[in-house]
Amino acid sequence: MTLLSIRNLTVSFATSRGPFRAVDGVDLDVAAGELVAIVGESGSGKSVAMLAVMGLLPWTATVTADRLMFDGKDLAAMTPRERRRIIGRDLAMIFQEPMSSLNPCFTVGFQIGEALKTHLGLGRAARRDRAIALLNEVGIPEPERRLRAFPHQLSGGMSQRVMIAMALACRPKLIIADEPTTALDVTIQAQILDLLVRLQRENGVGLVLITHDMGVVAETSQRVCVHYAGQQVEMQPTEGLFRDPHHPYTAALLAALPERASGRLLPSIPGVVPGLADRPKGCLFSPRCRFATERCRTVPPPRAGAELGLALCHTPLVQGVPQRAPAAA
Amino acid sequence: MLRFVIRRVALTLPTFVALMFVTFIAVRLVPGDPIEVRTGERGISPERLAQFRHELGLDRPVWQQFLDYANGLVHGDFGVSIVTKTPVLHEFLTLFPATLELSLCALLLAVVIGVPVGVLAAVKRGGVLDHAVMAVALTGYSMPIFWWGLLLIMLVSESWGLTPVSGRVDLINYYFEPVTGFMLIDSLLSDQEGAFWSAAQHLILPSIVLGTIPLAVIARMTRSSMLEVLSEDYVRTARAKGLSPLRVVGLHALRNALIPVVTVIGLQTGTLLAGAVLTEHIFAWPGVGKWLIESIARRDYPALQGGIMLISGIVIVVNLLVDLAYVAINPRIRHG
Repeated sequence: MTLLSIRNLTVSFATSRGPFRAVDGVDLDVAAGELVAIVGESGSGKSVAMLAVMGLLPWTATVTADRLMFDGKDLAAMTPRERRRIIGRDLAMIFQEPMSSLNPCFTVGFQIGEALKTHLGLGRAARRDRAIALLNEVGIPEPERRLRAFPHQLSGGMSQRVMIAMALACRPKLIIADEPTTALDVTIQAQILDLLVRLQRENGVGLVLITHDMGVVAETSQRVCVHYAGQQVEMQPTEGLFRDPHHPYTAALLAALPERASGRLLPSIPGVVPGLADRPKGCLFSPRCRFATERCRTVPPPRAGAELGLALCHTPLVQGVPQRAPAAA
Repeated sequence: MLRFVIRRVALTLPTFVALMFVTFIAVRLVPGDPIEVRTGERGISPERLAQFRHELGLDRPVWQQFLDYANGLVHGDFGVSIVTKTPVLHEFLTLFPATLELSLCALLLAVVIGVPVGVLAAVKRGGVLDHAVMAVALTGYSMPIFWWGLLLIMLVSESWGLTPVSGRVDLINYYFEPVTGFMLIDSLLSDQEGAFWSAAQHLILPSIVLGTIPLAVIARMTRSSMLEVLSEDYVRTARAKGLSPLRVVGLHALRNALIPVVTVIGLQTGTLLAGAVLTEHIFAWPGVGKWLIESIARRDYPALQGGIMLISGIVIVVNLLVDLAYVAINPRIRHG
């Protein structure tokens, strides 16, 4: 069953130099219990797209979508009040910076209990019991004592465990994890990731994992979306993506993995993501693409079929070889 | 926690010593002494003058006078007023409740209006309300207390006849012995019908005048602090829980935004007490401020020195209390 269904999601921000399109026509489907990864460089719009789903963008953002459905309900048509009944209950989010994402003025117990009180109307004792159970679940020792702790008394890894406990509090159907391990030590990263994946499997929760770590994607997800400059350039089952990437950007990303490097120098992608001022007319990746043609530079690319990973490309790759589509179909 | 308190208290001691020295010198730098002021232009024979000076100890070297004074202070003796011949401490304590009542009302007004207004301006930043609030706050902050007080008296009391011009209570219709020294409480205790209302009415204009600057400062501080906090990650977390905007702003954001505001409120006690001197003068409010101004005119050295020491002491103690309040609302300091 499809839990989250997004079609043509676009988010633009009002800036002093005109509107900036941070997310440009993104589609996404997540089934119940599925783990989907969204990868892309910083600034590729992956976090913004998910914040739009949560309704957490600042007022400078304009969100449009042909479809924005969650659990059979149209998020776009809801009033803010109706939406708040879903957010934090059926749809939860974990953020990148655990240390600053917890309110320094309130105890861990209070912050976990808040959603329980708001959405489930649990009493004080019930909230406490549930919070202890949650802290146990996310592997925090001595949960009774930790309930009274303030965020500054916790390490980064502990804070992220608390954030996960908060997200799990009302037994959500879908969790969005926005680079949950980026701010943590490498050793802790693996623990937190294992925890997330274990909880996702045990509870049958859908999970959208935003990351820029291809290693994480390979280990955890069933399906991958690749974002570039606000656009979704490719979507494939994980196995297929790693075996045969169809978009040149995906191929370049995979080639840049240190594990795959063969020479002394690590391969990299030349150039940077285009900004507001230097947006190319055709394909947004064309200035950095090895295979770019004149047509790529001038004409926005079409979306390929599912067999080619829905690649947004004039010349999708098959086994690393660009397929010249028949000119002007 | 206890060590923190002890350290903070110990740190105030040098301040007191410096303060004692500065007030003692400053008071004597003003031309004229109590005797000259009292005898006025009629003059007095040199023998009588010398006798008076000797009686008051003013003929001794200044350093000796200072040591005597310091010795007295250490023993809790603030001296005796030259004019009224009553102990300075007693006079101060008699008058202080009036000043305290006025200052508390002004501060209450400033906090009760300033904090919500600052929060609203921050939430609606860039809007009409924000600009209006900040413009009014800037005007309020720049308003000279003297001019603002006279303006309000002219408008509200004279033209519209809404409030009394001066004093603490309508003395023609009501009289009662001071019990607490707070007119609002004493008037209630006296059981005289209308007395409380009269006292409250007398408080309105002085409180507005005295509260205006702190109100402006608190509103501006709340706004900027709130703006900073509203973009914090934990505010986003609170919204991600599906909490109501009132709870997100009023609890999660405000609790954090209040930390610097409390500091500012503490710093405003100095402004309040200094402002009270002017405000009390304008409204003939029988408090410490009016008494100090009169003491300057009479060159009543002990009263002036003692009054300034006591007021400064209060400011220092309040700042100490604010530091402790800071600890109470900011867990990061508490568990350091």
